[in-house]
Amino acid sequence: MTYRIDQADVAHIAKLARLSLSDDEIDSYQNSLSRILEVIDVMNSEDLSGFAPMDHPLETVNLLREDLVVPGLDRAEVLEAAPSAEDNYFRVPRILGSS
Amino acid sequence: MNDEILDWGIRELQRRLESAEVSAVEVLEAYQEQIAIQEPEVDAFLSLDLEAARRRASYQDERRARGERLGRLAGVPVVLKDNLCTINFPTTAASKILDGWVPPYNATVVDRLDEEDAIVLGKTNLDEFAMGSSTENSAFKITRNPHDLDRVPGGSSGGSAAAVASRMALAGLGSDTGGSIRQPAALTGIVGLKPTYGRVSRYGLLAFASSLDQIGPLAASVEDTALVAECIMGHDPRDATSLQEAPPQLLGSLSQGVQGIRIGVVTNLIEAANPEVQAGVEAAIQALARAGAIVEEVALKELAYGLAAYYVVAPAEASSNLARYDGVRYGLREPGVTVEEMMIATRTKGFGPEVKRRIMLGTYALSAGYYDAFYVTAQRVRTFVREAFARAYVSFDLLIAPTSPTTAFRIGERSNDPVEMYRSDVCTIPSNLSGDPAISVPAGVDADGLPIGVQLLGPALSEQVLFRAAFVIEEGLH
Amino acid sequence: MSSRTIAGPARGWEYVIGLEVHTELRTATKLFCGCPNAFGEEPNTSICPVCLGLPGSLPVMNAQAVDFAIRVGLALNATIQRSQFHRKNYFYPDMPKDFQISQYDVPINANGHLELPSGAVIGIERAHLEEDTGKLVHRGGGGRIESAEYSLIDYNRSGVPLLEIVSAPDIRDPEEAKEYVAELRSILVAVGASDGRMEEGSLRVDANVSVRPVGETQMRTRVEIKNLNSLRSLTRALEFEGRRQVQLYEDGEAMLQQTRFWDEARAVTGALRLKEEANDYRYFPEPDLPPVAPDPLVIEARRSELPEFLSTRRAQLADVLPELSRDLRETVITDECWPYLRAALDANITPHRAVARCANELVALLDEIGALSPSRFVEVLALEDEGKLGASQVKVLLREACLDPLAIPELVAKLGFTASDADAVKAMVAEVVASCTQEWSRYLAGDEKVAGFLLGQVMRRYGRQISGSDARQALTRLAEEARAESS
Ligand SMILES: [Mg+2]
Ligand SMILES: [Zn+2]
Repeated sequence: MTYRIDQADVAHIAKLARLSLSDDEIDSYQNSLSRILEVIDVMNSEDLSGFAPMDHPLETVNLLREDLVVPGLDRAEVLEAAPSAEDNYFRVPRILGSS
Repeated sequence: MNDEILDWGIRELQRRLESAEVSAVEVLEAYQEQIAIQEPEVDAFLSLDLEAARRRASYQDERRARGERLGRLAGVPVVLKDNLCTINFPTTAASKILDGWVPPYNATVVDRLDEEDAIVLGKTNLDEFAMGSSTENSAFKITRNPHDLDRVPGGSSGGSAAAVASRMALAGLGSDTGGSIRQPAALTGIVGLKPTYGRVSRYGLLAFASSLDQIGPLAASVEDTALVAECIMGHDPRDATSLQEAPPQLLGSLSQGVQGIRIGVVTNLIEAANPEVQAGVEAAIQALARAGAIVEEVALKELAYGLAAYYVVAPAEASSNLARYDGVRYGLREPGVTVEEMMIATRTKGFGPEVKRRIMLGTYALSAGYYDAFYVTAQRVRTFVREAFARAYVSFDLLIAPTSPTTAFRIGERSNDPVEMYRSDVCTIPSNLSGDPAISVPAGVDADGLPIGVQLLGPALSEQVLFRAAFVIEEGLH
Repeated sequence: MSSRTIAGPARGWEYVIGLEVHTELRTATKLFCGCPNAFGEEPNTSICPVCLGLPGSLPVMNAQAVDFAIRVGLALNATIQRSQFHRKNYFYPDMPKDFQISQYDVPINANGHLELPSGAVIGIERAHLEEDTGKLVHRGGGGRIESAEYSLIDYNRSGVPLLEIVSAPDIRDPEEAKEYVAELRSILVAVGASDGRMEEGSLRVDANVSVRPVGETQMRTRVEIKNLNSLRSLTRALEFEGRRQVQLYEDGEAMLQQTRFWDEARAVTGALRLKEEANDYRYFPEPDLPPVAPDPLVIEARRSELPEFLSTRRAQLADVLPELSRDLRETVITDECWPYLRAALDANITPHRAVARCANELVALLDEIGALSPSRFVEVLALEDEGKLGASQVKVLLREACLDPLAIPELVAKLGFTASDADAVKAMVAEVVASCTQEWSRYLAGDEKVAGFLLGQVMRRYGRQISGSDARQALTRLAEEARAESS
């Protein structure tokens, strides 16, 4: 089955991904993503139901670490590199409301 | 003298340093001069610190004079793809979103090179966040192929490949998610290895697609590539997907040949390449056969599905890996009245068009209603591909195929057509999906003098045999 | 032994409640990095590339967190299974990677249950590992998120290991919800996984609540109330929300599936005005973390190390004292009290007496228990059981046994407790009243005021050999007998 991606889809996924697109960009991404989806659609020409999904090349399990404290980063250095900081905290614009 | 120095491989260089025939500072000066000549044309670097390199070289000379034993890469000028974290250089991933960010820590591979006394010259250009096959998707510059400045060096590790190919460094590190080490190595006429998944720690590699990414070396010769590979491989407790295996002995067995080694020629991948590339691969096959390898043809039609699966899995993981670039803790921040507006403004300004395309593709593939059709199906393809490889490796020790279907293409030629660009990776992607190692080795040039790369593929942990075969091809085609 | 009584939100209605309890695990370090898992430190002092989500950093699982998860799973009678981590993708500034590493379709613990003091059994759907977020501090606008001018972030808590314990929607009233959390808390503390400090946020509760007419079996639209961080808030919020929902149905208004918060000051729940798109978390397997597959041998070892839980103690008490009131039972099965009671029961002390001494005397002495070991406690109770000491003497002796490590017989002597059992005390009192015939007659005639005089005489004569209350009891009994004889 071929999936079609329309402009509303592009706008929706841009929103989920925290990107803002102009109308022209929506247009152009709709175009290119549709072409890519055609390539991806090749997967559906084969019956793959007999193949278990493989999400990772490794088959190992239980790679755990011991519960031991390791020195971390210097706060001053980290906050220095932050776009905005105040009182030893990272600072961000307000969370709720709109402009 | 300088030209002679640039001709030396790593072991040759080590011998000359040990016999005091040359000093590390003199070696550095030779490379400095070469960079002064080549870099303005090639544009391989995003950052370069030759002063620091010189201090390090001079300190090594002092240590050597005191009789200290130095590391296996002492005095060797190397370059790092700019998606590897370094304390001493900014790390940008060729993205505006990280412009100016200096990591507070080194990637594990950077520490390993450091322990072996390599001399890092600088950080090299790439497609933004390693997303691309031409290094044209960098936010900062376009790197050129030293063999033809109008052409791309391949990508995404195009900067490291171009730097090594133009002899501005002896070796480079790249990362390979769908062919990003092997394809630029092929297009610039050098050697590039994608190790078995988990052989090299990913700690400190800016993630593109975590289940596919591997760091690997690029160098002018098989031997230099093997030596750097040995130095960076091995378990790292900071990467839970790092294998517990000790690094393989690659250099020691390099010249053991391929007598009796069974090599499968992947016909359907060869058919996908242009005739000149096919001829290059054929020459490599002949060299292997002459050395006693048993060569047979095999068709692995399953590999053709790899491209489709890759363009689901890689963007899906990338969409999540790149979420953290939100303007809160580091890098770019654009103003916004609310946090959400700030994040949107930052990401919109900070990411380039190809990165946005892949983030959106991956977001789509994971979103409600599409997950099974896209992500899960792509995972089934991974099994499909892996089982095809597994069947092939019952009959063969190694497989051989082109690295890239074409030689280097012109700058701008494919940049408006993502699908055409994606097809550059059709021969390299299957190894990333399966997690197996593969190496690209030069196999002559086409009519325009552009390098052709041949690819050797093997089952997990087969790097030793891969290098032996690669060495045979290198020797045989000389 | 079920004593479950259900109180609906209104006549003819019942609650359907499921709880999600997030508990911080008491590991030394965070879930995926070696930063200290500490509470109350200076902001942003327990941070590293991993828990700040710096580019290139990778998570590595804390073995101790897995171990705690296994212990809790066993305590909740859950199936411990090979589990996979997933990424839950959404943007929020307190979450450094803009995704949370959590567990999705294959949690480490599944299908358990928890038995409450009432006898009700609450299903546990899952108990999975995940990472905590950083903390937001809002500046301006009274420090509230909805009116703040801007916000500050402290990432010390980012990456602290959480176990999210999700109950089935089996809880039927706010009291039961409270009981569930209290019981769960005691288990988490008993296995060492949590310090149980709700006020420090070690235990945070989200409640899913709906209401329906009694008899209806379908679930109706549910509302999630976030961050109920005390037992009091939990019951009050559920009660308010139940009434609110019934009111909406009765007024014929629409019930929206929404997330609400509890406003402690105004005692109401309110809709969270986050302009959230329909939740699409795009879960997918975490490629940086291999699955966790607990070794069956390790699971069995952990099972054998499980501490004794309250439910076990309840069952033991039910065997010897089936009629015991719930209040008394819950008082004596606490970790502080139980060793004394268990020792007394093991020594065949009369169960009722043992429970009474624990619930009345011991509980009051817990803060100063000092020298009173379970065996000394049993020794004292045995004296009472054998009739050698009276009740009020025992009370004095127990207090003394806390303060003075002297052997019990010597303590008895030191206190001068020679006379003891009720008959002996009665004889002493009888002797005294015989010498005060006038007052005795007035007392028998109903003049209560004269009792003080008579008791004063008794105490003057026998001092500490008997206690005042024993003497008063004896006096009452003598009077009853005398009246019975004369009538
Ligand atoms: Mg959760
Ligand atoms: Zn940390």
